[in-house]
Amino acid sequence: MVEMTGAKALICALEKEGVDVVFGLPGGANLPIYDALVDASALRHILVRHEQSAAHMADGYARIKRKAGVCFATSGPGATNLVTGIATAYSDSSPIVAVTGQVQSSMIGKDAFQETDIIGVANPCTKYAFQPRTASEIPETVKKSFYIAESGRPGPVLIDIPKDVQQESADMTFPELIKVRGYNPVVDADLSQIGKAEQILLKAERPIIMAGGGVILSGAFSELQALSELLMIPVVTTFKGKGAFPENHPLAMGPIGMHGHAEANKIILEADCIVAVGARFSDRSVGRFDEFGKGMNIIHMDVDPAEIGKNKSVDVAVIGDVRSSLRTLIKMLPKKIVRNDTDTPWMKRRKELIDYYAEALKDYSRELTAKKALKKLREILPANAITTTEVGQCQMWTSLHFDVISPGTFFSSTGLGTMGFGFPASIGAKAARPVVPVVDIAGDGSFNMTENSLAVSVLDNLPVIVFLMNNYMLGMVAQWQRTFYNRRYMGVHQHNCPDYTKIAEAYGAQGIKVQSLEELEKAIKSALKTEVATVIDIPIDPEEDVYPFVAPGTGLKDMVTGA
Amino acid sequence: MSTATATTTTTTIANGKITPLYILSALVEDKPGVLFRVTNLFRARNFNIESITVGSTEQADLSRMTITTKSDEKTLDQLVKQLKKLIDVVEVKVLDTGNTVYRELALIKMRAGDPTTRMEITNFASIFRANILDIGKETIIVELTGTPDKIDAFKNLVDHYGITQLARTGVSALPRGVEV
Ligand SMILES: Cc1ncc(C[n+]2csc(CCOP(=O)(O)OP(=O)(O)O)c2C)c(N)n1
Repeated sequence: MVEMTGAKALICALEKEGVDVVFGLPGGANLPIYDALVDASALRHILVRHEQSAAHMADGYARIKRKAGVCFATSGPGATNLVTGIATAYSDSSPIVAVTGQVQSSMIGKDAFQETDIIGVANPCTKYAFQPRTASEIPETVKKSFYIAESGRPGPVLIDIPKDVQQESADMTFPELIKVRGYNPVVDADLSQIGKAEQILLKAERPIIMAGGGVILSGAFSELQALSELLMIPVVTTFKGKGAFPENHPLAMGPIGMHGHAEANKIILEADCIVAVGARFSDRSVGRFDEFGKGMNIIHMDVDPAEIGKNKSVDVAVIGDVRSSLRTLIKMLPKKIVRNDTDTPWMKRRKELIDYYAEALKDYSRELTAKKALKKLREILPANAITTTEVGQCQMWTSLHFDVISPGTFFSSTGLGTMGFGFPASIGAKAARPVVPVVDIAGDGSFNMTENSLAVSVLDNLPVIVFLMNNYMLGMVAQWQRTFYNRRYMGVHQHNCPDYTKIAEAYGAQGIKVQSLEELEKAIKSALKTEVATVIDIPIDPEEDVYPFVAPGTGLKDMVTGA
Repeated sequence: MSTATATTTTTTIANGKITPLYILSALVEDKPGVLFRVTNLFRARNFNIESITVGSTEQADLSRMTITTKSDEKTLDQLVKQLKKLIDVVEVKVLDTGNTVYRELALIKMRAGDPTTRMEITNFASIFRANILDIGKETIIVELTGTPDKIDAFKNLVDHYGITQLARTGVSALPRGVEV
């Protein structure tokens, strides 16, 4: 037991969890925490320019490190500014631990200055939220927070600490192990269910794997690839699962869904058995729940029991960590696998669909299109580079035209679709893995929302590349207004404002405006070489649409491939 | 996988569909905010709850919540799973109503200005094993314990006297026998 203040105990407990960086912004209610940070030489504090970005940075850090990211904010507006970031992490099952200051215990409930009931606000978008009432609870609270955030289906946890609790001194014990009664995050998968899955798979003539974000969260990359290769099963992913399987692999079909690959949306309709691994059958991925997978055997592997049967009734449910479930399944398969021929009707059909759509979806005629820009980026970037995106057309073009080669090197705000996520999240990813290039594939509208993180990127030496697909439009909204509202545009034009190279330069970053593919190539190479953040401003035709498209409320079979 | 194995006694028919009444018993941490988390979950996920009661148990740090709901099996399955997912919820069971004792308490205040009405109500009360808690000049308060059906039946019987106030506690339940 050691005596120290609650604030100091928080910092010690974070260090014991192996935290090396926190993203935050101080204020009246978390000053004691910031004071304790002064002496914490092993803990790097990164000052954000808006708390939303702190949460996104912690999220981006977590998605690459596969450990909880940490962010700090003060009470009231500081805490509420975090909420978008927390909700984004919740929606994508990303572990973050958010620490907010709260007004003095004696002032709680008195509508004090900068008092917000952040526990109440954050409840629907956190896995759990703590409010320690005495300093001595802090070490255990932190331990529990990391355990809850990182285990099972990961997610954000909030710790809201009243200012007097931060200041109070107490004898602290730092527990090594804790148990949370009522929380059993991982169960061992039921062997008989895995056995059933195996039987169905061996009999299937047209099996398909649908890999979701759970594969990435559990790091089941090699297991997934082994299953696919052993049984010659084509792999589609959800958008969240993009990069769970190398997209240049011969069995890769790409993401399905609203803006999925045409061949992926098509082949899944023709399958007789779907193995959904760590996927939640979201409406964006599967279209209509009632139509999807009709008449097929569906095997669902997931760590979260509540996902089973939520959107889709399934034939076999394998509940448990998908990595260990896949391992068990692979071990169960007969020693000699016969399926290694590419000559089966299913394999031929696969090839046929890929070839057909390669021809049918020929490129747009202009020299510099979104597709060509993204292909160029892929060509130059090393396979281990990390890419993320903003939200809108830029994101969907990435889904369609940018192949993720090294598993686990791509992420995006797929569940909440938060504009402004990508840039700060890319900075968080850079903090987690500084040695590889990190690129945020952005739209101008999204970049506007968090572009002040350029200050962080420059001052904290976390250089990332903003690959700005600039149509000076809220492009995706404009596309919907073109498609569903007879081109009646409202609130989508950005009128050539601002000048992004000047924005970059104002922060001390590099800004390059390109006009051709050739210039783009040079700009990417320069960005990879330089020590500072680079914004590459790429003009995109404001009328360029994203196709294929599965309109909301329709099924994958209703996919349209062009205007 | 289905948790909806309980048999039910009460059913209602709406839109031609039969929706049975299920009784769920949950052990939850006895600490601030737990009821909020549970009810917020019901609201956020659109679960329809008939009644919810919370109270202390034989264990100092656990409360028991009894929840009744009229849902189809699929919704019930989700409700149970989502409840179990809450970190403060230690255990959830769907009770087999055939092997469960469950009771609700109701306080019913009625107009009973004239002696004949008072007589009649007193008679009904004794048939239903209800207690008269209060008789005033104009009103009478009856306390009735029983299954929700029994309370409904009594309510229907005395409705025409004019119920001026009614308070029902919601169902509390325990399974019979040794199993917790
Ligand atoms: C915070 C937030 N507000 C609004 C939206 C709705 N929305 C979805 S896409 C989009 C347009 C995005 O524009 P931009 O970032 O320029 O990308 P583009 O579609 O042009 O590639 C909008 C406004 C959103 N997803 N997130």
